[in-house]
Amino acid sequence: MTGFLTLLYKELLRFWKVGFQTVFAPMVSTLLYLMIFSHVLDAHVQAYPGVAYTVFMIPGLIMMAVLQNAFANSSSSLIQSKITGNLVFVLLSPLSYQEIFFAYVLASVVRGLAVGLGVYLITYGFFDVSLSSFPWIFIFALMGSALLGALGLIAGIWAEKFDHLATFQNFIILPLTFLSGVFYSIHSLPPFWRGLSHLNPFFYIIDGFRYGFFSTSDISPYISLGIVAMCFLAVSWLTLQMLSTGYKIRQ
Amino acid sequence: MIPAIEVKQMHKCFGKLQALAGIDLEIKTGEFFALLGPNGAGKTTLINIIAGLTRATSGSARVMGYDVVADYREARRMLGVVPQELVFDPFFTVRETLAIQSGYYGLKNNKSWIDEIIHHLDLADKADANMRTLSGGMKRRVLVAQALVHKPPVIVLDEPTAGVDVELRQGLWRFIRELNRDGHTIVLTTHYLDEAEALCSRVAMLKQGNIVALDSIRNLISGISGCSVRLRLSPDTLPPALQPLMSRCEAEYYILALDEYSQLEQVMAALRTAGSQVLEMQVFQPDLEEVFVKIMGDVEIREAVAVPIT
Ligand SMILES: Nc1ncnc2c1ncn2[C@@H]1O[C@H](COP(=O)(O)OP(=O)(O)OP(=O)(O)O)[C@@H](O)[C@H]1O
Ligand SMILES: [Mg+2]
Repeated sequence: MTGFLTLLYKELLRFWKVGFQTVFAPMVSTLLYLMIFSHVLDAHVQAYPGVAYTVFMIPGLIMMAVLQNAFANSSSSLIQSKITGNLVFVLLSPLSYQEIFFAYVLASVVRGLAVGLGVYLITYGFFDVSLSSFPWIFIFALMGSALLGALGLIAGIWAEKFDHLATFQNFIILPLTFLSGVFYSIHSLPPFWRGLSHLNPFFYIIDGFRYGFFSTSDISPYISLGIVAMCFLAVSWLTLQMLSTGYKIRQ
Repeated sequence: MIPAIEVKQMHKCFGKLQALAGIDLEIKTGEFFALLGPNGAGKTTLINIIAGLTRATSGSARVMGYDVVADYREARRMLGVVPQELVFDPFFTVRETLAIQSGYYGLKNNKSWIDEIIHHLDLADKADANMRTLSGGMKRRVLVAQALVHKPPVIVLDEPTAGVDVELRQGLWRFIRELNRDGHTIVLTTHYLDEAEALCSRVAMLKQGNIVALDSIRNLISGISGCSVRLRLSPDTLPPALQPLMSRCEAEYYILALDEYSQLEQVMAALRTAGSQVLEMQVFQPDLEEVFVKIMGDVEIREAVAVPIT
């Protein structure tokens, strides 16, 4: 247990020591999105009846920040350690591959939740965003950041240089996030695109998360939670396989 | 007794390149052992497989009886490795680095041992400095310290003295010797053969992934007959008749390699004929360096890989 806790502590310390870049900066950029969108769109769009567009969008933006930061944490930590070579200190140690997995994922969760909480607290000062059900909000934030933390591990293991990581981010993570209904309710989409959105696991994370704020969602939060949990298990299984066989890191 | 390190039929290929071509090696507990060989011989590859940083293509390795793949946690607990590459984590100070490393091994209250290592490796002044701000030699010391945090019974040092100043080199070896006396098994690689000769009892020489010599230093040296002669002459030129015997020059000294002691007679005769006056003369047993040069030159490894000429 001490070994696992030490690696977790090290991973937390790593982003905390540069907290300005890793926590504060993403909060600011999320708030910029929010200000711009609310200024341009508030008067014209309504996603849910009786919910102002900005308010509708806030949970989506918070979740987007959570997901992106969870992914960034594990992926960038791992690729940095690989490129600078200091990953050997972890690889030489008797830490099991499960311990390594959980330490990295948990650190990603903490960073994702820290950024998400920060964004929420600031928006709370400007907009009337009520929490209808905290447990739903928390469980989706947790599952979303854990899923992205694990995906970040896969990306970090697979990538051999920073360019590869950017590819993973730009061609997989970013499209999945933007097409998941952060900025719209999928009910406003044509049927084909609506159907396609249902294949995007991120859609369920955001939809369920939003349920925790407004008690309305496109899909039942139980179904969303089940789907997200399945995705997490599948991705975790793959990550554990990669770690246990030493794919790319113990060639 | 269980060997400290046991390697059986170890093969490692990187694509077409065969880095290890069937290594068998047993290092007893308590030994002070050197792995020698030219650049690219496969020393680091062998160490990496033992440490679990690389997977072997075939063959097995055990540390204190624990298989490095099947019982990797126990095997790694038994082993401390100083990697050849100068790596460090720029986020932390020296003390943080050591505390974290010791935590990875499950050790919580390790401060007194960490303090002792810091003292022995002369890192006290830098204990709270960030790793980024250390000089190369200092970073090397931290690498050594990291390998020792969990007091491993088997310590492997991959060129620990590359880029390290004389004072630390001596301090480091004193410390490592002390650990060896306390029962730790030491395996090192170095390109300084005098270092290996002074410290180690047994060596393995690698060439292109094969062990070409494995014996005690005494046996290896007595295995080559003959001797070396170190001469200082007046006038300071070596007579042409002796040129073929010359192995190297050190300042104003000429070092001749003789196949047998009886050749001394001829040397003296040649000097007399040339009218050279002998200012100084020493006769040596061959040293490890000579053994190394001879073995590396003698052994021709038949390469399975044909190199196409394009
Ligand atoms: N990751 C790798 N991919 C491809 N080839 C490799 C890799 N690592 C080592 N090699 C090759 O394997 C051979 C043995 O390398 P190794 O690092 O074990 O040599 P060494 O004996 O430690 O040399 P040195 O004294 O220079 O440290 C070399 O030809 C090297 O180029
Ligand atoms: Mg090497």
